[in-house]
Amino acid sequence: MSSNDGQTSRRDFLATTLALAPLAVTVVGQTAAQSINGEQLPSSSPAPDHPSVPDYRPSYFTSAEWAFINAACARIIPADEHGPGAVELGVPQYIDRQMGTPWADGGIWYMQGPFFAGAPEFGYQSQLTPKQQYRMGIKAIDTLCHERLNMPFVALTAAQQDDVLKQIEKGSLTSTELPLSTFFSGFLLRNVMEGYFGDPMYGGNKDMAAWKMIGYPGVRADYLEWVGQAKPYPYGPVSIYGKRG
Amino acid sequence: MATNKPVDVVIVGFGWTGAIMAIELAQAGLNVLALERGEDATTVPNWAYPKVVDEISQSARNGLLQNLSKSTVTIRHHKDDRALPYRQIGSFKPGTGVGGAGIHWSGVHSRVMPQELRLRSHITERYGARFIPEGMTLQDWGVTYEELEPHFDRFEQVCGTSGKAGNLQGRALEGGNPFEAPRSHEFPLPPLTDPPTSALFAKATRELGYHPYPLPAANASRPYTNPYGCQLGPCNFCGFCSDYGCINYSKASPQTTILPVLYRMPNFALRTQAHVLKVNTDSAGKVATGVTYVDAQGHEVEQPATMVVLAAFHLHNVRLMLSSGIGQPYDPGTGQGKVGRNFCYQLLNSVNLFFDKNVYINQFMGAGGVGQAIEDFYGDNFDHGKLGFIGGGVIWGRQTGNGPVRGIPLPSGSPAWGSGWKAAVKKNFLHTGRIESQLSNMAYRGCYLDLDPTYRDAYGTPLLRMTLNWQDNDLRMSEFFGEKLSQIGKAMGATSQSGRVLKRGDNWDTRAYQSTHINGGTAMGADPKTSVVNKYLQSWDVSNLFVLGANVFAHGIGYNPTGLVGALAYWSAANIRATYLKSPGPLVRG
Ligand SMILES: Cc1cc2nc3c(=O)[nH]c(=O)nc-3n(C[C@H](O)[C@H](O)[C@H](O)COP(=O)(O)OP(=O)(O)OC[C@H]3O[C@@H](n4cnc5c(N)ncnc54)[C@H](O)[C@@H]3O)c2cc1C
Ligand code: SF4
Repeated sequence: MSSNDGQTSRRDFLATTLALAPLAVTVVGQTAAQSINGEQLPSSSPAPDHPSVPDYRPSYFTSAEWAFINAACARIIPADEHGPGAVELGVPQYIDRQMGTPWADGGIWYMQGPFFAGAPEFGYQSQLTPKQQYRMGIKAIDTLCHERLNMPFVALTAAQQDDVLKQIEKGSLTSTELPLSTFFSGFLLRNVMEGYFGDPMYGGNKDMAAWKMIGYPGVRADYLEWVGQAKPYPYGPVSIYGKRG
Repeated sequence: MATNKPVDVVIVGFGWTGAIMAIELAQAGLNVLALERGEDATTVPNWAYPKVVDEISQSARNGLLQNLSKSTVTIRHHKDDRALPYRQIGSFKPGTGVGGAGIHWSGVHSRVMPQELRLRSHITERYGARFIPEGMTLQDWGVTYEELEPHFDRFEQVCGTSGKAGNLQGRALEGGNPFEAPRSHEFPLPPLTDPPTSALFAKATRELGYHPYPLPAANASRPYTNPYGCQLGPCNFCGFCSDYGCINYSKASPQTTILPVLYRMPNFALRTQAHVLKVNTDSAGKVATGVTYVDAQGHEVEQPATMVVLAAFHLHNVRLMLSSGIGQPYDPGTGQGKVGRNFCYQLLNSVNLFFDKNVYINQFMGAGGVGQAIEDFYGDNFDHGKLGFIGGGVIWGRQTGNGPVRGIPLPSGSPAWGSGWKAAVKKNFLHTGRIESQLSNMAYRGCYLDLDPTYRDAYGTPLLRMTLNWQDNDLRMSEFFGEKLSQIGKAMGATSQSGRVLKRGDNWDTRAYQSTHINGGTAMGADPKTSVVNKYLQSWDVSNLFVLGANVFAHGIGYNPTGLVGALAYWSAANIRATYLKSPGPLVRG
């Protein structure tokens, strides 16, 4: 890892620009309060650092659900010769933590009724929030596994679990409670990918191992000297909290 | 209801067009108040490194976008269908807060083709009136390229746009776009460095006999000071551009190019968390008396003003016109009325190219606007006679910067999870590029906007309802471009290609991102029966109301809209200053 890795040049530049940026502002109302008191200004710090921990206790998921999430993560991104698996990197922790954000209650979606099923092109048309999707989706999958194989999902062999997930993905296995393919592709799979590849501060991607696997330098965000050269980029990843991998 | 002190001008929405109009009218000495529904934001702290380079908060959770729980639209493909709400962000990404979508845009900075502004006349002259299919409601825009040229130039100077002229005052210049309309000045900054995708694209298209040129980008290639005195720093291809605020003061936005100077003017004021519900008019409906908004506490407030400017982005400008009852709403049955008419979008075909393991594309590097493009098939640059469709677009090899949460494209047939998926992402991530065609979308009798009868926003106002689907003319054009993309992809050396090319039979899919280039609905024009605003963007019905934004386009152009949206705002402001303020009233007699 080179110490002169390009980060410095941008920081220096930022410092200079900041010094040059004209001072705001003549504003009234809401913003005046902020700029005059200088107290309520939004912070420039990132979201809090919550990397994955060895002894994590879920705060949303029940123990049965937690077992399902771990088992499903292990099939969606298994540990194998290509690189680390989702469970090792903390993806279940990421998903549980996300259940405490406004998104998990549908807070950034239009959730007013009436609700009608529509053609797929019109997107999500259910009143179920992400939290409810997980609660009902896991229950429905376990019910199906019990009906067919007399066991919950977590007790199936890896091959059986793969088979169940593939059928759900295709839509050939579903539930009358909710469309399981939507739960799988629109929630579970999407969140697993987010946790695996997101910044480690969100609880997944431990030690930036997913970034290293694909050669992604994380948040270096400074490629002026490199963009014109179609060559391997030589530096390892950097995370939002400045860790290097 | 509380009533505020009257102002000379109230501007609704404080993104690109709001900022332009605000500074131009404040410099003319007027008392200007901008009302913005979102919050204030500046480079620091809002887009400080490393806070903003966060794919989870910005891309996965729509950090900078309009919160749909407060307000959205409903969508249907045909007027006999039931419209459903756009519940999650998909096809388009409207912004919120000071700067609007001007913060998280990409920065591709184009103009317009002169012929597009008189498309009906042009097609009729070249191919005959019968070439225009039944149901296609093409019309001229009522303004000419020559009239707008100084304002395109001005907006490029303000943005510090990087590019290379191909047609300087009628002189063809090497290295620029040979199809370019004449420009009065060279771009303020030279082109950005070509990333790998763009370099391969330029070489391949040149070998195929096409004419690649560096796409104009409002991402600064050098340090720059604009005519207002605002400073930009060079873009470092950080790869967090579209969807993100710029960490480096490099992407042109209201914050980097206008606001620092505007905020120092004593006759300008900004009120944030002010959601405008409607434009108020006198009892005859002929004069705007101000606007009503909901403040941060949820209270309704009346803001009297001598002049009202709508700058709330396409969707909200049209919705405000309909909610305020200004101008006759369009009726698709009779073809009468105009507000909501000629609602158009844009077609985007996107093809991922997968290269051999020794070809490094490094898709994580890049900038929103950087790329090489060809316009051999833009507008009417090619003979449509035998092709039998109207329209065209830009084909480009851009490298906008991509990270893994935003999605890792894979060759078709790759699994979406499991070991097979892992093998595929590991193999392809550094060796994948993308080429696209961005195409015009003509206006049709059955594609329009009105108010939804069922769904309402958090303020109790009916949602805007979109009725739109891809039509045969445009899908045939898209298929034509699909062939070109595949030819170019092969010539670039891709070992395989996957992606989305719209074909006949495809419907508008609102789930996948298309673009936020939504056009029309309050068309500009010379005829008050078919246009909502005149050539100066002044309402035909209420002469102290000006309506900005891509909603004034009379059809969907192939270019990215903001170059034209910004130029039209400057043009409107210049005419307000030069003529309207001296003698307020209609600038054109209807
Ligand atoms: C991801 C993305 C990439 C893009 N890339 C490009 C590109 O490369 N090139 C290009 O040309 N264009 C691009 N665009 C489009 C570009 O951002 C818009 O054309 C441009 O910002 C439009 O300016 P505007 O002033 O009309 O709207 P905006 O800049 O969006 O400003 C509108 C403002 O009005 C406010 N507002 C809305 N309703 C109300 C209300 N009722 N009361 C008060 N305030 C209100 C909004 O909060 C917002 O701040 C892109 C857009 C997106 C989303
Ligand atoms: S790519 Fe360039 S213009 Fe875009 S956000 Fe990064 S530094 Fe700014």
